[in-house]
Formats: sequence, structure tokens, C-alpha cells
Amino acid sequence: MNEPNDEMQDLYRHTILDHARQPRNFGRLEHATHTAEAINPLCGDRLRRYLCVDSRDQIIDVGFEGSGCAISVASASLLTEAVSDLSIAEADACFDLVTGRLTQQTDDIAAPENIDLSKLKALDGVRQHPSRVKCATLAWHALHAALDQSSTTATTE
Amino acid sequence: MNQPQLKPTTDISSCRDDFPGLHQEINGHPLTYLDSAASAQQPNVVIEAVARYQREDHANVHRGVHTLSHRATELYEGARDKLCGFINAASRAEIVLTSGTTESINLVAQSYCRPMLNPGDQVLITWLEHHSNIVPWQLVCEQTGAELIVAPINDRGEIELDELRALMTDRVKLLAIGHVSNALGTINPLGEIIAAAKELRIPVLVDGAQGVPHLTVDVQALDCGFYAFSGDTVLCTTGTGVLWGREALLEKMPPYKGGGDMILEVTFDKTVFNELPYKFEAGTPNIAGTIGFGAAVDYLQSVGLQNISEHENTLHSYMVSELTKVDGVRLIGRAANQTSVQSFMLNDIHPHDLGTLLDHQGVAVRTGHHCAMPVMQHFGLPGTTRASLGLYNTTDDIDRLVVALEKARTVFA
Repeated sequence: MNEPNDEMQDLYRHTILDHARQPRNFGRLEHATHTAEAINPLCGDRLRRYLCVDSRDQIIDVGFEGSGCAISVASASLLTEAVSDLSIAEADACFDLVTGRLTQQTDDIAAPENIDLSKLKALDGVRQHPSRVKCATLAWHALHAALDQSSTTATTE
Repeated sequence: MNQPQLKPTTDISSCRDDFPGLHQEINGHPLTYLDSAASAQQPNVVIEAVARYQREDHANVHRGVHTLSHRATELYEGARDKLCGFINAASRAEIVLTSGTTESINLVAQSYCRPMLNPGDQVLITWLEHHSNIVPWQLVCEQTGAELIVAPINDRGEIELDELRALMTDRVKLLAIGHVSNALGTINPLGEIIAAAKELRIPVLVDGAQGVPHLTVDVQALDCGFYAFSGDTVLCTTGTGVLWGREALLEKMPPYKGGGDMILEVTFDKTVFNELPYKFEAGTPNIAGTIGFGAAVDYLQSVGLQNISEHENTLHSYMVSELTKVDGVRLIGRAANQTSVQSFMLNDIHPHDLGTLLDHQGVAVRTGHHCAMPVMQHFGLPGTTRASLGLYNTTDDIDRLVVALEKARTVFA
């Protein structure tokens, strides 16, 4: 028999469990300039993303609310730390980076200069679990939809 | 019981050997399959019946004059006869073959209800229903201006019968209700409910997707109007199902889909529709799956429906008692009359995380809302973890589930 928890501890790394238990920047942003909801219709997870963007297209505040599994909440929380202080263009590049790493299973996507990938790498364990990739990308689709502003709801489907 | 029963010839404890899908390792552990309510494993006799048709008898059914078409028709219509006996229908004309419970319910919504419903009319359902017994009624109510009304449930996961009866008025044109809740395993007291509906001449559709696999179903004794069920929860392939309807009701209903096989004569002026049940079966059907459905019925009857019920009830009691001993487990759904399904939570671990942790130990359970979001809303939960049983499960499966839960808890400790 395998030692059951090795691979599981790779998926549920300390950073993931920490952010799932104590999500950062959790809650509604009253003065949000951009907002969008993302839904995973297969499981019913639902997250709303809030962004405050200033006149220079810089993200000055970011938050989220909603409920989901440990993977989706941790990913949503890690996102808030990754994109605060980025420009809209940089945040979009961050979306491409994270969703690309998870869905294309590659490390070969160049990270934008001022993005600290070290914490986001905690999500890499998800790549071994195809049925859970959508949990990890849900929050990022909400970010993408909020920045896009042409859509207010994103789904994983 | 006036249903013809074959004498049981198979010892239920040896049934496991008949299911090749069970004998494999998942993530280095023996597979523990506890997801039969979503789709059951198939016995060799079903797999072989489907393969034999595809290998030796493949042709389209009906009208063909060549030998293979004749053989395919005999097998296909033979399966209809077996299904007729399986639920004790009065006639094979009442067995409409569909792609599953969902299509069966949509057929009734669109063919029976849509022409008959008017603004002010009501369709009555309950909080326990699967989405496939909610959404088709929402659609037909939107199309006709009728209203969908919903009987509540209590915290054990049982329908509030007094409130259900209070909602039954002459405005209600149909009651649609599950036989067994897929999310909680609650067995609804259909005898009592159908009798109350009958007093007010309200026809009843029973969603039997979770009833037929575990209970002996006699549609004449039930005295409902329609009974819908699927093949894949009764050991057959996906994409198979039955709508049983009382002949007098089916006769009055217009066709649901148009195409080949459902006609007697077609000219550009008009079409004369075929007799029952073919009026509702347009196009080339799922021939292979239906032949497998017949083989599944033979298999279930050879094991004995009563034996299966007893085995599953014993195992369900064992599962409940073992889960109760696991630190942090909270059972969801504690109906007095319950079968084969148990939903639960483990501490505050989200069901999807728990499902992944169990799969890693070879344990297959269903996690999430189980296509019954209103049930989850009642309990204030995003979803549950659900273990569901089939005739092939054993106490070893339950023991492995318990060990896997204990280990899962340590990851989130």
C-alpha cells in the first residue's frame, strides 16, 4: 500500500491549507471599481471578485467573497496577494500565467517581472488532479471577467 | 406481490465476482465503489449481452426483412417484455423506452402537461427532488403560465406530509415526486401520498431512478400515473431508460418527438402516428443498451429483488453505525425509512476536498450537491459526501471507507 498522504500533502500543501483556513483580503470591497462573479456549475462553487483600480489603471485594492473547497478558496486568497499593486495589463498577464501553468501543465510560461511566483507555485500540486484544476482556476476567471468588464459572470464551463 | 419472480439462483455474497469493474486497483488500493446511486457497475451478463448484439446481431430494428434485423428486433422487443414484467406493468404498450429518467420526465412535462396546463394551474413537487424532477416542470410552467409549488421537508430529510396534503387542491394538475431521494436515501411513503392525490384526481409521476435499484416496484399496486427510471442505476449501460405510463393517459398524449418509427403513414398533408408505445419512440433507439437492460433485469431477478433489498438494508444499517463512530462525522439525512444512501460531512472539510482524499485511497464516493441544490440549501450546506450502495458491496467496503476517512482527517488536522 502507498503511504497515502505523500501525494495528498503535495496537493494540500501548508500554504494551501493556511490560505483556505484564513483567506486573505476576504470580504466585499465597498468602493470596488471592477467586480465579477465566477461559478463552477458542476459543483456550485461561487466566488465574487472585487477590484479597486485607479485612474492610472493600477490595482490599489483587491478582495473576494464566496465559498468553495480548500483549493478554490486558497487560490482566490493567493490571487489577492499576487495582483495587488499590479497594473491591469500585468494582472491579465498573471491570469495567463497561472491558468496556463495549471491547464497546460507547463512551467515554461514566462512570469511578468514584478510577479512573485513563489507562493503561486503552491497550486502546482493541483496539476496531478485534472478534476480539481477548475477549482484552482475559478478565482482567476473571476479576475479576468472583472478586468474585462464586458462580462460580469464567468464560469468554468 | 403479484409480480412473477424467478426463483433466486445466485448467492448474493458471490455476486461481486460477476462485476469485472470492481476488481481493480485505484491509486494502489483495491477499488471501493460507493457511487452506485450515480451509476452502478455492470455484471458480465450485461456486458456480454451488449457485446453479443454488437458482434453477431447488429442491425436496425423494426421493418427490416433480413435475418439480422429480425434478430435485433426480437432482442430489443424481448427486453421491453422483460421490463414490463419487472415493474408489473399491465401491458407492453405502457413501456416507453427513453434515454433515461430525465427524458422520461421531460416527455411527460411536454406531452402530458404542456397541452393541458393553463395560467392558474399548479404542478406540485417536493424539496427532496433531483434537478431532473424540478427543471422540466419549471420549463413547462414558464411555457403555460402555470405555477410550480413545492412541499417542504424536515431536518431528518422527510417530506412534511401534512403540508404536502395541504398543497393538494383542485388547482394541482400533476404531482411529481421521487420514490427514493438520491441525495439522502429517504424512501417516500408513496402509498399514502398517491392515495391522497387520487382522492383529488391528481395524477402522480414517480421519479423512480433511485427506487427501482433497491425496492421491488409494482406500478399497478402503486397506482400512480407515470413511473420513470433509468438503466444505469440498475446495472445497465448509460443512455437507457423507461417511462411507464398508464395506457389511458399515454393514449391521450400527443407525440413528443417526430421522426421515423413513430408513424404509420406519412404524406405531406398529414401523418398518422404509430400505436403505443412507438408513438413516443422517434428515430433509431439505443438498441444495444436496451438489450443490456433486459439482461440486467434477468440478472436482478436471478439474484432476487427481495434478497437485494435485505442485503442493502443490512449494509446501510452497518454503514450508519460505523460512520457514527468516526470522530467528526455528521450524518445528513436521518429519515426513519431510508435505503442504500448516506450523506455526511467530516468536520469542516469541503466535500470536494474529502472526495479527492478518499479517491486517493481507492474509495469512490460522490461529492457536491448531487443535482439536488434545494436539499443542500435546506441543510445550509454547499454539498455533502455521499456513499451509496449496490448489491455487490460488502462490510469490507464500509470498513475501508472508515479507514480512509480517518486518514483524510489527518491531512486537514
